[in-house]
Amino acid sequence: MAIQTVERTGRPRKVPVTFTVNGELREVWVEPRRTLLDALRIDLGLTGTKEGCDHGNCGACTVIVDGRAVYSCLTLAVSCEGASIETVEGLSRPGRLHPIQQAFLERDAFQCGYCTPGQIMSAKALLDRRPDPSPEEIREAMSGNLCRCGAYPRIVEAVRAAAAALRAEGAGEGGARA
Amino acid sequence: MPRIVKTQYEYEGRIREQITVVEEDDLPRWGEEAQLRLVGRPQPRVDGEARVTGAARYTADIDLPGMLFAKVLRSPHARARVRRIDTSKAEALPGVRLVLTADNLPPGILKKGPAPLVKEVRFFGEEVALVVADEEETAYDALRLIDVDYEVLPPVLTWEEALAEGAPRVTEQGNVEGGQPVIKTYGDVERGLAEADVVIERTYTTQVELHNALEPHGTVALWEGDRLTVWESTQSVSGVRKGLAQAYGLPDEDVRVICEYMGGGFGAKFGPHRHTHLAVIAARILGRPVRLVLDRRDEDLATGNRPATVQKLRIGAKRDGTLTAIDLVSYQIQGAGGTGGAVGGPARDQYRCPNVRTVEYGVYTNAGPSTSFRAPGYPEGAFALESALDELAQELGLDPLELRRRNFTDRRRDGKRYAQNSFLEAYEVGAKAFGWSGRPQPPDPAELWRRRERGEPLVVRGVGVAAGMWGSAGWPPAYAWVQLHHDGTATVTSATQDIGTGTKTALAMVAAEELGYRLDDIRMRFGDTVMAPWGTGSGGSGTTSSMAPAVRAAAADARRQLLQLVADYFGVSPEQVELRDGVLRVQGAAEGGGAVERRVAEFFRDIGPINIVGRGGRAPNPADLAAISIAVHFAEVSVDVQTGRVAVERILAVHESGRVINPLTMTAQIEGGVLFGVGFALTEERRLDPRRGWVLNPDLENYKILTVKDAPRIETIVLDRPDDQLNNSAVKGIGEPPVIPPAAAIANAVHNATGLRFRDLPITPEKVLAALAAAGRAAGGRAAEKEGVRPR
Repeated sequence: MAIQTVERTGRPRKVPVTFTVNGELREVWVEPRRTLLDALRIDLGLTGTKEGCDHGNCGACTVIVDGRAVYSCLTLAVSCEGASIETVEGLSRPGRLHPIQQAFLERDAFQCGYCTPGQIMSAKALLDRRPDPSPEEIREAMSGNLCRCGAYPRIVEAVRAAAAALRAEGAGEGGARA
Repeated sequence: MPRIVKTQYEYEGRIREQITVVEEDDLPRWGEEAQLRLVGRPQPRVDGEARVTGAARYTADIDLPGMLFAKVLRSPHARARVRRIDTSKAEALPGVRLVLTADNLPPGILKKGPAPLVKEVRFFGEEVALVVADEEETAYDALRLIDVDYEVLPPVLTWEEALAEGAPRVTEQGNVEGGQPVIKTYGDVERGLAEADVVIERTYTTQVELHNALEPHGTVALWEGDRLTVWESTQSVSGVRKGLAQAYGLPDEDVRVICEYMGGGFGAKFGPHRHTHLAVIAARILGRPVRLVLDRRDEDLATGNRPATVQKLRIGAKRDGTLTAIDLVSYQIQGAGGTGGAVGGPARDQYRCPNVRTVEYGVYTNAGPSTSFRAPGYPEGAFALESALDELAQELGLDPLELRRRNFTDRRRDGKRYAQNSFLEAYEVGAKAFGWSGRPQPPDPAELWRRRERGEPLVVRGVGVAAGMWGSAGWPPAYAWVQLHHDGTATVTSATQDIGTGTKTALAMVAAEELGYRLDDIRMRFGDTVMAPWGTGSGGSGTTSSMAPAVRAAAADARRQLLQLVADYFGVSPEQVELRDGVLRVQGAAEGGGAVERRVAEFFRDIGPINIVGRGGRAPNPADLAAISIAVHFAEVSVDVQTGRVAVERILAVHESGRVINPLTMTAQIEGGVLFGVGFALTEERRLDPRRGWVLNPDLENYKILTVKDAPRIETIVLDRPDDQLNNSAVKGIGEPPVIPPAAAIANAVHNATGLRFRDLPITPEKVLAALAAAGRAAGGRAAEKEGVRPR
């Protein structure tokens, strides 16, 4: 896409982008340079996703795009046209936490909580594709998410517990869970 | 009843005095024998749901109508003078609302304290200009359009340069904090050294560590008339309010500071900081709310750090291990201002020794200013002291734990008795759980080098131990209110905060325990100064130990009021009313003299609106006792002789911090603290260009904090020993103690694995290989050189 400039301001012209966020179709008008992180946080007000470094080093901004965990600070919003995006806000239903959230809560797999939405989305991307990961696979999948408070041992435990809970739930629902 | 007392307490290794108002009635202490229902049982966080769903609002999540975005222009030189700044291009950019520099900061807004923008630059990254714009991207664009003409000056970068005759002055007070070292002398160290059979004389050095909380510092400032509201990522809402009120000449009551959720601080977020003032001033000028959230680079350049240290240590001992002298001369390289920690704390207070001297220099250089950092001075001081004791034990042929046992002390250096010092128990329990006895002697490193040169894959293992102590255990002033509601719930209010350690949960447990309510019926109102009494800043591992006694006192006050009402209503005496799990049981209230049971909410239903507020203020610490929290860490490491990489395989952390309130979050503090310590030992280091003073790694790519894959197995043993002479809840602190011993324990384990002693942190593969090579050469490994193999 050619980037157009607004003559009177010299700034890049905003363009429309349409994608699905947590199952809802959304349209935003953004400068082509705006990251998916800023589009979520600023344009859509979904502040559950955090900015920790803006350089793809810390993972606090992790969201799921078309089934893959991505750093939303390194993803341009305009590159997500037509994509399906999942953020932490899409996991729980009123009165019911997602099993990954429940496991993080029960195992105390966070302290300040700032990296937690990103950790949870990385865990979800992993468990969506591998329902029964080994501890090594968990560590590998979670290694792009820094936790300065040092909750790592509990994060690994929580992801294992969540995997078990999700499998049990899936079995209970005849494997119908999406 | 409130009363005025003068009290003394220890804060991060320094003794402070304070005149303060306390309001704490005598409550039965929560000693060993106390029967508690909630306290001591693992409890998930009361605010955990908000944190796992993304609902928790941090400072950067605050969005106000009309809010503008600010960004800071920082100096690209470590020492320079701003000759001229041209901001015209930036100001002309559409969407830019304001550009501030030291030249156009309007006088009269900030009434007290230094201007938050400078012309005399003292470190790489110092604040030179501010841009406020409609959008963040525009603010960044405008920063690039500001043209600054700097006169670049040669920076003062090392402590030797700073102390040299004729060195440029980094700060107005010169290059040594306070103009001279802090010297503390007990006994006569020269005599003690003369009396010693063995003297260890070594120099240990530690690096600059960056806090790197994942949530950067940030402020949202809003003026409404002459009233100021500030959302600040802070460890002390009360402290920031006080600082802002003074700086802007406002009554405390016209300043509101909010920090409901906080993404980590580790000592760097006390404020108000320069960025706080910039946001407040810009919001005042523009009449609109301003959000200034720092980015990672800002964070790593200008928000503080753990200063590097050089520690020259001499320890003398008798043949049987009895210490005769400890003499420490330390230099903390603090950057262009800021404070260091009490590096001499462990040397002074951890062991019995008649002759101790600590000489502590705080040295200023042209680098980012230091600030408090999780146990300021103690991980550094303990690295030196606990490594040296390991070296001494080797010299004496003593087990390192036995050496420590023989020098156990029950007193702080000033003579005050420790209310409870559990080191001996911790050594014993830890040694048994870890399997300490029978550790092998270290190998000959020259032999390791030879085997490496033969290309043999080789991983060696070793174990080490180190101890740490922490004297802070809470202080007044700390106040809380407990308000009872008509629906049977209660709110605990205080202008303190939960920075992620679990304070809210622990204090909700304390309130529920004392009130006789269910935990689910407790609401916590922290992190907001409006209509809230002064609460403790989260430093010195003192939040829970300061606040718990106050919350308990407030809950007891509310409970007394409630029980009196119930008694009056039923026409019985308060002693006939019990309250447990939110259920009132009134003896003699039923017909025939039986008991009536009612939920609190049911009782209130019969009555009109209520106004029951309990008040509590923490009592001072006992005048004749000192507090000590202890940590003993056992480390197992492996060292890959081919790559030089040290991997920590296992840490056993034994701790005593008084009564345990919530074991779930307490062990989380220990694990997280251990991981901090492992990073300090092995990977974390801010690097400066040695000539220009530029920071080379102000990002999380090149500044290495641990990932989940680097985390060792961590086992924790918590000795739950109520320290009931200290305060009504018998608690001390846990945030900082676990950070203190890991580096020394790991260095001692690396020595056990390789025979090499590392006295300079972090222990990188490069240093390990260089030391192996040096050992190989020194042992006559000339053959290797003849073959043309050169150490890397």
